[in-house]
Amino acid sequence: MIGFTTLLYKEVLRFWKVGFQTVAAPVITALLYLLIFSHVLETHVKVYETVSYTAFLVPGLVMMSMLQNAFANSSSSLIQSKVTGSIIFVLLPPISYQAFYLAYVLAAVVRGISVGVGVLLATLWFAPLQFVAPLWIIVFALLGGAIMGSLGVIGGIWADKFDQLAAFQNFLIMPLTFLSGVFYSIHSLPPFWQQVSHFNPIFYMIDGFRHGFFGVSDVSPWHSLVVVSVCFVLLTTLTLVLLKRGYKLRA
Amino acid sequence: MTPAISIRQVTKRFGSVQALAGIDLNVQQGEFFGLLGPNGAGKTTLISALAGLVRLDSGHIEILGCDVVADYRNARRQVGVVPQELVFDPFFSVRETLNIQCGYFGIRQSRGRDAWIDEVLENLDLTAKAKANMRSLSGGMKRRVLVAQALVHRPPVIVLDEPTAGVDVELRQTLWQFIRRLNRDGHTIVLTTHYLEEAESLCTRIAMLKAGRVVALDTTANLLQRFSAHALRLRLSQDARLPPALAQRAEIKEGVCSIPFERFDQIEPLLAELRSCGCHLDELEIGKPDLEDVFVRVMRGQQGSALS
Repeated sequence: MIGFTTLLYKEVLRFWKVGFQTVAAPVITALLYLLIFSHVLETHVKVYETVSYTAFLVPGLVMMSMLQNAFANSSSSLIQSKVTGSIIFVLLPPISYQAFYLAYVLAAVVRGISVGVGVLLATLWFAPLQFVAPLWIIVFALLGGAIMGSLGVIGGIWADKFDQLAAFQNFLIMPLTFLSGVFYSIHSLPPFWQQVSHFNPIFYMIDGFRHGFFGVSDVSPWHSLVVVSVCFVLLTTLTLVLLKRGYKLRA
Repeated sequence: MTPAISIRQVTKRFGSVQALAGIDLNVQQGEFFGLLGPNGAGKTTLISALAGLVRLDSGHIEILGCDVVADYRNARRQVGVVPQELVFDPFFSVRETLNIQCGYFGIRQSRGRDAWIDEVLENLDLTAKAKANMRSLSGGMKRRVLVAQALVHRPPVIVLDEPTAGVDVELRQTLWQFIRRLNRDGHTIVLTTHYLEEAESLCTRIAMLKAGRVVALDTTANLLQRFSAHALRLRLSQDARLPPALAQRAEIKEGVCSIPFERFDQIEPLLAELRSCGCHLDELEIGKPDLEDVFVRVMRGQQGSALS
């Protein structure tokens, strides 16, 4: 237990020590997205009757920032320690692979939520928000963060160099997060792309999360919860199997 | 008594390279054991296997009776490994690094833990650097922190993989003083090094590895006795030649003739023989047996039965 809490503490301390880069920078980026998109589209786009476009945008940006940073936390920590060799400090001690998984994923969730809260606080000035069903907000934030934290662990142990991890991030994570309804409702898309969006699990994370704020969403939050939970279970299982085998960690 | 390390029929292959080709070895508790061999002999792979960083193709390794795979948690608590590579986590200070390492091994924050960290820091001359970030340390200081990290959980078995590669004399002396003390206190030490004079002065028993096999295993004293000897080292004057009887026994390297002998009372007859044939000398010294000599002979395959 102490091994687990220490690894979790070390992972949180690691990103906290470079907080400008890991928390403040993504908050500023999200704020810039909000300023630009709301300036251009506020008067042109109305997704839901009762919700202004800027208000609609805020939960999407919060969730997108949380997801990207949760992924970045576990993946960058692992690839850095693999490339520098300091990974042995966590491989030599008697830490079980389950504790290893939990520590990296929870630290990723903590970073995701820190960034998410930062974005929420920074954007509060720009749009009146509602918190209709806070439990949905919490459930989707936690599950989304954990899924991306797991994906980060997989990416971090799979990649042998920074270049490969950058490819994982730029060709998989970024398109999935950007094309998930952060900036629009998928109902505004042509039917084909609406169908495609339904295969993107991040769409459900953002849609369910947004439901917690406004009480309206593109699909039922229960439907989103099932999809997101299944993704979580599958990715957790895959990550645990890889860690148990010591894939690319123990020769 | 349970061996500190028990290695049974251990094999490991990386692609086409047979890194470990059936190693059998016991290290007894309290020993200062040397693991020697040329680069690529399998020393680091063997250490990595006992530390759980490498999974074996076959065979078993136990540390104080705990299997490194089946009972990995207990096995890892018993061993502290100083890695060969100079690795560090750039985010933390020296004290943070050691505190974190303690926590990984399940040691609670307490006065006892802090006191031991202070003692390790002091013994490795790191006290003044406790608050310094790892990035700001010199190579030698980073090496000291690596040693400290391996010792924070007070492991009964300490494995040092080339700990003095590229470090200054001061650190070597500080390090060996500390490690000797730990050995006297009952810790088992396993050392790999390319500095054979270090191994000779520190290790009580030595295994030599070549191409993943143990090619020599004995006490340091026995190895020296069997594969090396005292020798009369002579540099002859110009035009001087050794008498044929001595020339047969001598080994000539870089103009120096080495004539081995077993007892010191054999020196006088040797000198008499040289004098009687008018052989003039420029230099003369008595060479002691050394491990380098043993190493070279064993690696050339002149070991006979070097396993005991």
